[in-house]
Parts: sequence; C-alpha cells; structure tokens
Amino acid sequence: MAINWFKYSAPATFYELAGKLVPWFAWPSALLFAIGVYIGFFVAPTDAVQGEAYRIIFIHVPSSILSMFLYLIMAGYAALGLIFNTRLSSMMASALAPTGALFAFISLWTGALWGKPMWGAWWVWDARLTSELILLFLYLGFIALHASIDDPRRADRASALLAIVGSVNVPIIYFSVKWWNTLHQGSTVKFTGTSMHVAMQQAMFSVLAACWLYAIAVTLARVRSIILERERNTQWVAELPEARS
Amino acid sequence: MRKKRNNVKPRQKKLMFIIIGVALVAAAVGLVLFALKNNVSLYFTPTQVYNKEAPQGRNFRIGGLVEAGSVKRENDGLTVHFTITDTARSMPVVYKGILPDLFKEGKGVVAQGKLEADNVFHAEEVLAKHDENYMPPEATHAVEQAQKGQNVRVGK
Repeated sequence: MAINWFKYSAPATFYELAGKLVPWFAWPSALLFAIGVYIGFFVAPTDAVQGEAYRIIFIHVPSSILSMFLYLIMAGYAALGLIFNTRLSSMMASALAPTGALFAFISLWTGALWGKPMWGAWWVWDARLTSELILLFLYLGFIALHASIDDPRRADRASALLAIVGSVNVPIIYFSVKWWNTLHQGSTVKFTGTSMHVAMQQAMFSVLAACWLYAIAVTLARVRSIILERERNTQWVAELPEARS
Repeated sequence: MRKKRNNVKPRQKKLMFIIIGVALVAAAVGLVLFALKNNVSLYFTPTQVYNKEAPQGRNFRIGGLVEAGSVKRENDGLTVHFTITDTARSMPVVYKGILPDLFKEGKGVVAQGKLEADNVFHAEEVLAKHDENYMPPEATHAVEQAQKGQNVRVGK
C-alpha cells in the first residue's frame, strides 16, 4: 500500500487534516495536565531540602524542555522550507514560534519565582539563565523579523536563517550547567535517569506530556490560521464552507 | 543534452550550505565561549582563588560548599563567619546580612564580594545553591548513610 505522504505537504489538504487532529491532542492534553497537577499537589511528597516550594518544578522543567525542543523543531521546519521550498514547512515554523516563546517565558518566569525563595535572588547572570533568555530573544527575533518583511516567502527565507543559526544556542543551554560554574543546579532529567522521587516524576512527566500535546494542538490550530491568511486569494479557500459565510 | 557531471541539485546545495554554515557558527561560538570560560562561569572556586585566577582588588563571586562546623555568628546576630570549601582549598568568608533559607553547613553556596588584605572574603551577597535531587525527608536519611565516604561533587 503506497501512501502519498506528499499529499499532506500541500496547504489545502493539510488544512483539513490539521483541523481533524486538533481535538485529538487538545483533550488528552487537558486531561494529562489535570492529572499532573493533582499528583503534583496532593500525591507528591514534600521535598527534604526545599519544602513545598519545589513544586514549581512541575511547570518549570516541562516548559524549559519544551522551549528547547520546540526551537529545534522550528529550526528544522525552517530549514526544510529553505531547502525544499515547501510553503507548509515555513508556515509550521511560523506557527511554532509563539508557543516556543511562551514556554521560554514561562520557564524564565517560574525560574525567577523559584530562585527568590531558594537561592535568594530573582535573577543571576549565570550561563543557564542567560542562554535561556537568549532563547526567548531568538524566538521574539524570529517572530519580529518575519513580521517586518511584507512578502511572506522572503520573510520565510530571512527568518529561517535566523532560526537555523540560533539553534546553536540550544545545546549551550542544555550543557551550560556542566560546562561552567552556575548557580543553577545540574539537570534532574538526564539521559541516564532522573534523580527524583517516583511520585514527583509522575507529576512532572504528566505535565510534560500535557505540554507536548498542548504545543502540538495549538501549533496545528495556528498553522490553519496562517494557511488561510496566506492562501486567502486561492480558489480552494474561497470554496471553504467557513469562508463563504 | 544533460551533462552527467555537475548534477548537484539546488536543494542539495542549500542543504550543504546550511550544514556548513551551522557548523562554522557552532565552531565560532564554541571558541568564543571557550576563550571567555572564566567570564561565563558565575563564580570561582577556592582553588582558583588560591591560584590567583580570580580578579584581584575587585568584586567577584566565590562558590563551593559551606564547610561543616565553620559557621559562627557574632553577637549582633547579623554578622556571620563561615568557610567556603571545594574540598581541596577553603576560603574564610565574613558576611553581614540575612542568609537564604537553604544556607546550611555542607550545602552549596555562592558569595559575591571582595577578597580583602586580611585574606578574608568580605561578602556583600550570599546565595544558596541546591542540588538536582528531589526526595521526601524520610528518604534523605537513607541516602545520606549510603553516600557517606563517597566524594562530594563541588561546582563541576
């Protein structure tokens, strides 16, 4: 059985597919988030060192992980758009950027809220915090650069370069706590395992899964809007039932 | 007629450019960060201070563990004397102010201040550095027993 994968690289067909997929990611996301928050607040034990305040980890770590992964995915789509000249890839990159920026912001914000009671400072210019701040600026720069160029295809190419070059920052964020002396502690989630109590892990990984599904659902919904906006002068958009009314 | 040679497609060319470009940028950033290693690091270890790698006569940060049994408070209740150690070298510190809740003997600490002529580090700010392990209080006792004798990792 041969499936024509390229069928869905056309915005017109992907628009429909994305619309069907959104609820399949959105509802499990809400469910997993509720489970994660419940375990996080009522099942996971108090931490020996940090007391109750450590519970902010359940949103801090998932959003940090997402902010880094979404950047790499965004840069990957941007590169695909640049190499194969596929419109949809570039649209996906544009659709991912606001969600990635949101997660980078949440990561920094919850980190500040956590840093004040634990470290004694809202912010320090250590390598981990600074490189994550640069990640937020890269997202905002990508969005701003794309918005500043009127021709969408030229905007795609210019912002794709920024996204690709910026991907160098992601490994720097990840390894910053190993390479340099930082106030930020080392990674709790490592390739080799997790240094955490089991119930804490369940809460964190539930929220992490919820964040992934949320990111996919929101990106698909957003890419639909971008497709409509960019293809507004085409025949197929004019024939859409939602466009006619 | 098409030539057999020179049949690199534009997309392959673009892919090559991207891979080479990213590799070059990564190498450049890597070299810069390596050259600025001491500036990127938030603090110096007592060993680095002892080896005169830390800036002389101006503010810097020193980090390590609060040496067990070294914390002494003066009668004013605010001034604290303690020693920061990286298990190889240690540095006496004096600080006047409120310490973070997580400040504890044997735990991580980062202090900002100046090394004065009396060879004591006069701190203006003391931050607590916690580790990446999270566990309930009951579990810590067991882990502490197991870890006894094992080397304590400092900073890096």
